[in-house]
Amino acid sequence: MTDAEATTAAPQTLLQVEGITKVFGTLKANDGVDFDIVPGEIHALLGENGAGKSTLVKMLFGSLQPDGGVIKWRGQPVAIVNPMQARALGIGMVFQHFSLFDSLTVAENIALSLDDDIPIRTIAAKAQALSYSYGLPLDPFSMVGDLSVGERQRIEIIRCLLQTPDLIILDEPTSVLTPQEADKLFETLERLRDEGKSILYISHRLEEVKRMCDRATVLRHGKVVAHCNPREETASSLASMMVGTEIHQVVREASQGGPGESLIEIRNLSRPAATPFAMPLRDISLTVRAGEVIGIAGVAGNGQGEFFEAVSGEVLQDAAGSVRLRGKDVGRMGISRRRLTGTAFVPEERLGHGAAPAMALSENLLLSRYRTDQSAFLGPLGTIRSGAVEAASKRVIEEMDVRKSAEDPEAASLSGGNLQKFIIGRELDRQPAIMVVNQPTWGVDAGAAARIRQALIELARSGSAVLVISQDLDELFEISDAIAVMHNGAMSKPVPIAEATYESIGLLMGGSEPGHVAHDEKEVV
Amino acid sequence: MRIELIKRPQHSVLFSALSPFIALLLTLVAGAIIFTALGKPPLAALYTYFVEPLTEVWQLHELAIKAAPLIMIAVGLSVCYRSNNWNIGAEGQFIMGGIAGSLIPILLPGFQNFLTLPLMLLFGFAGGAAMGAVPAFLKTRFNTNEILTSLMLVYVAQLFLDWLARGVFRDPAGNNFPGSIRFPPAARLGEIAPSQGSAHYGIVFAVVAAVLVWLMMRYTIKGFEIRVLGESPRAGRFAGFSSRKMVYFAFLLSGGLAGLAGICEVSGAIGQLRETISPGYGFTAIIVAFLGRLNPLGAVAAGFVLALTYLGGEGAQMALGISDKVARVFQGLLLFFVLGCDTLIRYQVRVVWRGKVKA
Amino acid sequence: MEIAQNILLTIATAATPLLIAAMGELVVERSGVLNLGVEGMMVIGAVCGFAAAALTGSPWIGILAAIIAGALLSLLFAVLTLSLATNQVATGLSLTLLGIGLSGMIGEGFVGSPGVRLANIHIPGLADIPLVGRLLFGQDPIFYMSIALTAGVMWFLFRTRTGLTLRSVGDNHKSAHALGISVLGYRYAAVLFGGACAGLAGAHLSLVYTPQWVENMTAGRGWIALALVVFASWRPWRVLGGAYLFGAVTIGQLHAQALGFGIPSQLLSSLPYLATIVVLVIISGNRRLTVMNTPASLGQPFVPDR
Repeated sequence: MTDAEATTAAPQTLLQVEGITKVFGTLKANDGVDFDIVPGEIHALLGENGAGKSTLVKMLFGSLQPDGGVIKWRGQPVAIVNPMQARALGIGMVFQHFSLFDSLTVAENIALSLDDDIPIRTIAAKAQALSYSYGLPLDPFSMVGDLSVGERQRIEIIRCLLQTPDLIILDEPTSVLTPQEADKLFETLERLRDEGKSILYISHRLEEVKRMCDRATVLRHGKVVAHCNPREETASSLASMMVGTEIHQVVREASQGGPGESLIEIRNLSRPAATPFAMPLRDISLTVRAGEVIGIAGVAGNGQGEFFEAVSGEVLQDAAGSVRLRGKDVGRMGISRRRLTGTAFVPEERLGHGAAPAMALSENLLLSRYRTDQSAFLGPLGTIRSGAVEAASKRVIEEMDVRKSAEDPEAASLSGGNLQKFIIGRELDRQPAIMVVNQPTWGVDAGAAARIRQALIELARSGSAVLVISQDLDELFEISDAIAVMHNGAMSKPVPIAEATYESIGLLMGGSEPGHVAHDEKEVV
Repeated sequence: MRIELIKRPQHSVLFSALSPFIALLLTLVAGAIIFTALGKPPLAALYTYFVEPLTEVWQLHELAIKAAPLIMIAVGLSVCYRSNNWNIGAEGQFIMGGIAGSLIPILLPGFQNFLTLPLMLLFGFAGGAAMGAVPAFLKTRFNTNEILTSLMLVYVAQLFLDWLARGVFRDPAGNNFPGSIRFPPAARLGEIAPSQGSAHYGIVFAVVAAVLVWLMMRYTIKGFEIRVLGESPRAGRFAGFSSRKMVYFAFLLSGGLAGLAGICEVSGAIGQLRETISPGYGFTAIIVAFLGRLNPLGAVAAGFVLALTYLGGEGAQMALGISDKVARVFQGLLLFFVLGCDTLIRYQVRVVWRGKVKA
Repeated sequence: MEIAQNILLTIATAATPLLIAAMGELVVERSGVLNLGVEGMMVIGAVCGFAAAALTGSPWIGILAAIIAGALLSLLFAVLTLSLATNQVATGLSLTLLGIGLSGMIGEGFVGSPGVRLANIHIPGLADIPLVGRLLFGQDPIFYMSIALTAGVMWFLFRTRTGLTLRSVGDNHKSAHALGISVLGYRYAAVLFGGACAGLAGAHLSLVYTPQWVENMTAGRGWIALALVVFASWRPWRVLGGAYLFGAVTIGQLHAQALGFGIPSQLLSSLPYLATIVVLVIISGNRRLTVMNTPASLGQPFVPDR
């Protein structure tokens, strides 16, 4: 069947969207979006961060109401006022940010989205049977808070399948999986398609879309820019549809000269789990030299956040020598004193960790630099030289091309990409000898991401040591000189980029390296 | 009917300034309704409440006497709440400050010179701070909820004061009435302008404290630290600020100022240690802090407004036979309206009368 | 042995208002809302219950009035914290201040006036069984309500789908919203229930415990109820145990005061408050217990995207 036949054969369409518009304040998140889905297809919804994909699917699932346009289900116009109604129609959803409850069991989590009053025990049995039949084993009585990210996604999928939907919406499902887990997911999806279900697959990963999807709708700035058959496109043609302009390719020259001086030295770093749901760190050792970028891969929740806190000094170690920065034992020093060694840190969360949401950008500049730039920013009696701070903030805004709506706006009013550029720029402005970054481009648009990656490479080439923690393997392969993998609180040896493949790194992410303990033996101290 | 909130991209500067006034206006409207319901002429009652106490100089002095403790406590509380530490035990810290400062004239009645009063004030501050340190210690050491512990200590302090005033500190020459000896002149906080009225120097201390704390909040890295840790604790930790130390700082400062207010009240307005020394200043100051938008200078203005409700309540009882309890209702309503109006700063509020969606 | 039964009876009477108020607040907190206004709602319940009973002569109308008054006051809290997304701590405090102020105003004419006592149930025969008869079959009706309430809340929270949904809202309101659960609807219902419970607890004070109206007669019991919820780590049966523990402390210090012992009465009176602090320290020091059991979205305002 060709595309043209599918769109004209009205009785065959499962879902048809005509002219859907959604406005937030002055921003048109969706502007006259049209597309349709037929039974038994995997339909990709492509677009970069901020293109309006999530807004669109929230309207399809009844979480948001459109301001204009029509949604037709099996040819009939429908108003989907809430998720219950979407489920009643036969629409199921697997969320990107899981909608799960940590303190409840798997079965209870599933029960909450089933509208009728089936006893929990029946639900548990059904869920278990279904999960095994799809090869996604689940224990219905385990507490969700204790499960890994991959297992959590299984709950979402099983929960969705138990509602026997005709259309399954998956929002960026592979962003939290290892390559091998993603393969497993693709098998499941293809099997579902063969059973006659339709799938709306949202992603910005072009390779998987090309591999699996039958048709694609591309969104840019809230508008549909193309309908196409992804198998007939190339990754770069899809990318230019998504982004509009040519994306500046990140350039990574090979590092020159021999290995530089060791700037970051982590020796046998261990840390007990701080809360029942946290991950302990197990005997981590790592060296990062001047001039190189070391990437740390891993599925979310394998101790990356805990590792970052231990390196940054937000949490102190018992042994001073477990973290050495520029030859100084800093294990027992706080973050301010670690910064004074010439180290800069960028955490994963932008709002509420890297920046205070309701504070102005200039105040957020002061946030990480009042101590390192004390002589410039502070006057007698601890008074703040606001002129100097504002000038520095302006400098960063210009240097990183931060787009903003006001002179010195609140951090929360910036888009994710612009705020991240500001936060990275705030640290680069210090010209740090060491930079430690957690998820540098998470949720950032392609243009900003390229700029940030380029900046990190250039920093390394200018003689600094750069440590990047990321869940985005493409990103790590693009910028790293070597990649280490975190799994279950332990870290593998760095694999030089010339020897690393997606498959080998993916296996490490899944914990295949000998000597690793199994995941469910999580210790709580 | 339902209320929808739409987040503003930026805090509204307009409503930041207007919200306390809208809240005051709403309180006046509510007041008129209450007076009508009580069968009193609403306009006359409001006049007695909010205008009459301002018409004579001696009354302004009375206003200052009431406003002084409210402002002093509220200035400390505004720092505390800004840093996201919830000290609601200022009443107890006020009492302990009063007791600690009174130790000098009661235990050393012979010690009367220019040092007496400064030492008493110092003791008062220290007593309040020590009382404030208890919930701070429990919070940092045992992770105990400071709201509950600081409040429980209010009852303990009240009972402790009662015991002192009826027991060990009771004036032997006092005909068995509870209360200590009357303080000698060297232990009394002086009046500012004795020929015009009885306001003591407490109000001066309060305003000076407000200005100093305002300067700190506005212009120094300490103020920045307080705001960051209050708004976003994790960002504060990333900045290298210690939330542990902040808990102590906030509780010692707010407790100390409450204690200073306590000794000023005892040594200035009362002149002896009695079994009760506060008509709930420590609680009313919570309202003052919020009405002042957690800004120390705002607390000065708000302190006078709340002091007015105390005086107006007394006046209305004498002139119109309206219970002075109504003043407490006013105070409670005012805080409600202030909190409600503050929503306008961050959100646009839309009232939807009929659901446009059909389920 | 008669003395033992009498002491147990007075403990039950002291524990009942704490149990009811804390059980209501437990449901509120399980939905993710922290209402610090328990003291205010309780004192309003006490005065309205007293006034309605005194005016009509019927304690049952008093109870009804107390429940309605507590719920109405909590509605004010709900509108502010849920619909207007105000700070729950500050709003709860203002509810307490307003409740104390209002109760003083309403109750002014009733100070010193004779109260109406809610009579004890007396099942002939059964209540005369030695040792346990009066304890089981001869107490006031609100006591039986408090026990039924405890059982009911346990059943509701852990045996019904609605209870499960309520807990899910308290655990993660964003997830609940994404699944189409009405977060604000559940929270409104929980807050109103908590208000009604606090009102009933107040009525017990002014109709059973001491059938009269005294200003501020709750004397911090609302706050102790809040502490009990933490102490119980959000488990209903532990609230029951905690309430009776505090009932015992209260009665113990009253007996000690009566006997003298030369201990200042003020020190004895402060025992329940000091005990609250001690208990909070013991429970909160155990981070594992508190972190595991605290409803994860407790105290956080929820504003859905539009």
